[in-house]
Amino acid sequence: MALDQSFVGRTYPATDPYEVGREKIREFAEAIGDSNPAYTDAEAAKALGHPDVIAPPTFVFAITFKAAGQVIEDPQLGLDYSRVVHGDQKFAYTRPVRSGDRLAVTSTIEAIKTMAGNDIIDIRGEVHDEAGEHVVTAFTKLVARRAEEA
Amino acid sequence: MTAQISYDDVEVGTELPAQSFPVSRATLVRYAGASGDFNPIHWNEKFAKEVGLPDVIAHGMFTMAEAIRVVTDWAGDPGAVAEYGVRFTKPVIVPNDDNGALIEVSAKVAAKLDDDARTVRVDLTAMSAGQKVLGMSRAVVRLA
Repeated sequence: MALDQSFVGRTYPATDPYEVGREKIREFAEAIGDSNPAYTDAEAAKALGHPDVIAPPTFVFAITFKAAGQVIEDPQLGLDYSRVVHGDQKFAYTRPVRSGDRLAVTSTIEAIKTMAGNDIIDIRGEVHDEAGEHVVTAFTKLVARRAEEA
Repeated sequence: MTAQISYDDVEVGTELPAQSFPVSRATLVRYAGASGDFNPIHWNEKFAKEVGLPDVIAHGMFTMAEAIRVVTDWAGDPGAVAEYGVRFTKPVIVPNDDNGALIEVSAKVAAKLDDDARTVRVDLTAMSAGQKVLGMSRAVVRLA
């Protein structure tokens, strides 16, 4: 069943801040096998002009996707999450995420479409730091595959 | 932010050093823990097959994280990435054997965007088992 178009433009309340930890960045960098010292060595990060270690570019998805759960699990929207696959992902950075950041996410439904029976939903997650400065915007496209005909 | 590649030194068509990234079941378990994405299609073969997949598949976000390493290693500063987007076109299938899968990434400078901001667009190609696994994979990078 097609999703309700009236949800387009809806913005959900900002999430409680997520505090980015040095060891969480290290764990993520190790999980992707990336030994870039900017992720683990504060001096190396400072040599590049950053105040502390920075996170790999896709690290922030764990935070924005959790925030997108407000949309995905909104019972009024009625998305069937068991049929959802990740279609597209894009990030636009003002600056990299870094250790010590306290990041809040505001999620907005940008578009809802139905194509060939699949529901497609675009969610924009605006990430701000504790000072209210913009850090990164995450654009997430989710596709809820059509239920199989019985 | 200090990229180590100069804007003046690159031309449209400049190729970045290509890299290959191995991925095993153990890699996916580690990534699940680090990212918080515990969807069983990324570690449970029985579950993956029940939902119609050929086998366990890698997290799309894992593939996205590997692909951009070609850009961050080249630029020298991961903070030089101003934009990065991909389309997940095919899954990376990860068999439960000694070899696992390989994600092969190549990239080239597709456009010089802004002489003042010193930004270029890099187009990425990510392949696994002969299939293109990312589409429309592009990064905007701020060079020195």
